[in-house]
Parts: sequence; structure tokens; C-alpha cells
Amino acid sequence: MQINQEKVAEPTQYKSEVRNLNFYYGEFNALKNIDMVLHEKKITALIGPSGCGKSTFLRCFNRMHDLYPGNRYEGEIILHPDDVNILASNVDPIEVRMRISMVFQKPNPFPKSIYENVAYGLRVRGIRQRAILDERVEVALRNSALWDEVKDRQHDLAFNLSGGQQQRLCIARALATDPEILLFDEPTSALDPIATASIEELITDLKSKVTILIVTHNMQQAARVSDYTAYMYLGELIEFNVTDTIFIKPKNKQTEDYITGRFG
Amino acid sequence: MKSVNNLEEIRKIIGRHKRWDLIFMIAGIFALMIAVLTFMALFAHMLIDGMPRLSWDFFTSFPSRRPESAGILSAWVGTTLVMLVTAVSAVPLGIGSGIYLEEYAPKNLITEIIEINVTNLAGVPSIIYGLLALGLFVYQLGFGQSVLAAGLALALLILPVVIVATREAIRSIPVTIREGAYALGATKWQTVSDHLLPYSSAGILTGIIIGLARAIGETAPIITIGALTFIAFLPPSPVKNEFPYVSFEWLTAPFTVMPIQMFNWVSRPEEAFQLNAAAAGLVLVVMTLAMNGLAIYLRYRMRKNIKW
Repeated sequence: MQINQEKVAEPTQYKSEVRNLNFYYGEFNALKNIDMVLHEKKITALIGPSGCGKSTFLRCFNRMHDLYPGNRYEGEIILHPDDVNILASNVDPIEVRMRISMVFQKPNPFPKSIYENVAYGLRVRGIRQRAILDERVEVALRNSALWDEVKDRQHDLAFNLSGGQQQRLCIARALATDPEILLFDEPTSALDPIATASIEELITDLKSKVTILIVTHNMQQAARVSDYTAYMYLGELIEFNVTDTIFIKPKNKQTEDYITGRFG
Repeated sequence: MKSVNNLEEIRKIIGRHKRWDLIFMIAGIFALMIAVLTFMALFAHMLIDGMPRLSWDFFTSFPSRRPESAGILSAWVGTTLVMLVTAVSAVPLGIGSGIYLEEYAPKNLITEIIEINVTNLAGVPSIIYGLLALGLFVYQLGFGQSVLAAGLALALLILPVVIVATREAIRSIPVTIREGAYALGATKWQTVSDHLLPYSSAGILTGIIIGLARAIGETAPIITIGALTFIAFLPPSPVKNEFPYVSFEWLTAPFTVMPIQMFNWVSRPEEAFQLNAAAAGLVLVVMTLAMNGLAIYLRYRMRKNIKW
């Protein structure tokens, strides 16, 4: 595993550092000795064949695995600037989830209005004042390029939106609380090509606001949107580097085989 | 080699296979008709016997020795009050238990044993609940042969129904919705109260109503705890003229319920009482059907906005 050292000037550029991460589903060692970094306000893509552990890795960042019994983390995910290990048992997973938002594979809006979907993360934080909620919802919807389409029907049901709009709504919901990192778990795998393109454009635009980690099945997507790419296989991080290097001159033979389609 | 795709052959085979479609369809319709027609025949018979007895007086009269002036006032008031006690006690207990088992309980042996027991409780004969209520509520806790004891007995009876309905309704919510709420930093209780409960309310409500519809016709446990078969007065009114305006005296009052009133009339030798029983049965069936209809309507209404 090689970390691209020449690009790294000082640790403050890192939003997060993963140190010797192991993850277990019961006895099964699903992630093995992973070391990686997330660069601040950059997009990092996780690629690899099905079952390689990329979604499992992503879900460590917001402690989603804590929802189910028998899961165990070892190692550290350090979140800067306060250098807290978010996997530590004395760190409340709810606090982690308030700092790090997630967008899921299939659009999963709540069966509530568009407005209430976006406002939910704020309500969880106890924000009740209408003016603040209104303003934050609008900003989030603008940032997810949905405002123009829904501004006159914010109180319609979210299910009435198209699939691509629903996914942008889920992005707005995740953005509304100003997350430090935004996690995407194959966000376009349930969408048609046009909706996919608009989501990809949106993700690229969001880079200026938030650090992004995205799992994708689609190598072209990783090449199009990401600055850094990590290739995973069987729970191990095989190679991590600047996206261009990974796709043009991978150092590892396995990565090259996967990228060129000879495997996976 | 001879081709297997001989068109003549294929058509013959398809025809032969389709005959089984037809045979099964006829058998299915026949089986269905046995159930439907039996119920319809019973209902029609009750309708013919009971309909002429149904009048305003029938609802506003107490039972009497003279069949033509006997009515079901004490019975339907008793049934209503008992159902009220049943609903008020079974609903919070059932929903609470269901949520706990589904969302909070650790997955271990004890939880599993409890789960199996809850499911099995639904199959316990209702008279056993009657015996339990007689020992516990009537004697041990000293509630007497009262509305309260009967309501609680029926609440125990339908508790498993409410618990199972709550769990199934919560379980039918996709895991992505639940994870979506947790991912935004919601606590367990926020997830339950903001999402799981509202989205499962249609299913839970249906379970409650089906449970109550079962309880309303239960006779055995009510007889066991000693409901009176002949009762010519009403429990004290829950509303009072003087402070504090509400009274719970009715809880400890003796009572009768619809099925017991029917049972009493059926066991009389006079023909005219049989007609009264049919009329009361008609009212009871209509009450049950109305509750089931309400359940279907509510399910439809509340699920309209939810698509999964």
C-alpha cells in the first residue's frame, strides 16, 4: 500500500487519517490493516469489486456498524482539526454522525414533505425557530441544485419527486447540517444516466464546501469526479493515490488488472 | 435427431397443462364458496330472525322476563365500557412491548424466549385468560366481578395481537429509512417517535382494531370472571355534575356484555327469546364488521402517502 507522499505537504491538509483500521463482523475480518487519508475539501473515491469492503469502510466513518450487534472496530480514524479518534468507545456515535453525513445507495427520503426531509437533521439538533429552519432548508436545497425545481412545492411529499430529485433531496438533507465530511455510498447506482450526470456534477461542485468520500461501482465515475482514488480488494487497501496516477500509471499489478477490466 | 420443437406436439402439451389451470381454478372457487356461502347463510338466517326485533326500543330497554319488551341496553353499554378498558390498557402496553422488542431489546436468549412466548400467547385458549383474570384481578387484586376485571382480562387476551402487529408494522419499514434517520444523528427514541411509529401507525391501528374485534365477541373469559346474565341497571355515569366532574365508579360496577346477553337468551325455552338472541347477534356481527371495515379504511388512508 502506498500513500502518495509527494502531494502531502503538512498534516493540516488532512481532514481525516485512517490508521491501521481493522473491522470485524463477528469473527469475520472484513477490513484489514487499512491506512489512508482524506484530503480536506477533496473527493476521494473507493473502488473495487463487489464484497471488497468499500461500503463497510465507508460506514466506519459514521459508525453505522454500531447499529448492529457483533461488529467491532480496531485501529483509529482520526478526525481533524480536533484530532479525535471517532472509533474510540468513549466517542458517542451520534456525535460522529452529526459531524459526518451520509448519502445512501438508493434514495431514502422520509415519507414526509420535501421541507421536513431537509429540516430533519436540524430538528434533531433541537433547532425550532421557523426563520432559521427556512433559511437553512433553502441554502441546502440551493446547494444541492434542487431549489429551482421545488421552491414552490416544499410542502409536497418527497415521494412525488423523480428518483434523481429524491437523491438530490437526500444530499440536501445531508448538507443542511454543515457536515465536515460527506459520505456517498454508490449514490447513482439506482439512477438513470441523466440523473447520474446531474448528481456527479453536483458532487464535483460540493468539493469547495465539504470533504467527500464516495464509494462507486463505476470506474468511469471515480475517474470523472474524484481527486484521489483507493482500490480495495478482499478487505485490503491495495493502492491509494491521486486519481490520475491510479488510472494512468497504477503502481500495483492488481490495480492495473482491475482498472483495465482484466479482472473484477 | 428429431427436433423437440414439433409445433403440433407443443400445442398438445400446452393444452394438457392448461387443463390443470382450469381444474385448480374450479377447485379454488369451490373451496372459497364453502366458506363464503356458509357465512352468508348464517348471516341471512340471523337477519331474517332478528331483523323484525330491531327497533329503537331494543337498544334502549333492559332485559326483561317478557321477550317482546326485552332489550340490549345494559349489554351494549357494558360491551362499550369493557372495550374501553381493554383498549386503554392493551394499546400502550402492546405498542410499548412491540417497540421495545423490535428496537431496543438486546438480541440474546432471554429476548428470544420472550419473543417465542409472546407469539404462543396468542394461541392460548381464552378461557385460560378468564381463569387467570378470576384469580388475579377478581380475587387477588380485589377488583370484583367488574367492568375493570373484564376489560383487563380481554386486554391480556389481545395483547399478543397488538404486540405482533406493532412488530410487523415496524419491521416492514425499510432498513434504509431507519439508517437514514440514524445517519442524521437521531437517537433511538427520535428514530422511533419521528419515524418508526408514524410510518407504522396504519399497521398498528389495524392490529388494535382486529384485536378489539376479537375481544368484543369473547364469551368464555367473561363468563369465567362472573359477568351477570341478567342486569337491569347501568353502571354509574362517568360524567358527574359536581367537582371533579369525572367518576371512575363505573369501573367497579357489575356488568353484562353482548355475547353473554345472547347466551342468556339462547338458553331460554321460549321461541321469542331466540329471536331476541338473533337480533343481538346481528348487532354484534355488525359491530365486528364495522370495526374491521374501519381497520381497512384507516390502513388505506394512512398508507396513501407511503410507498415501499
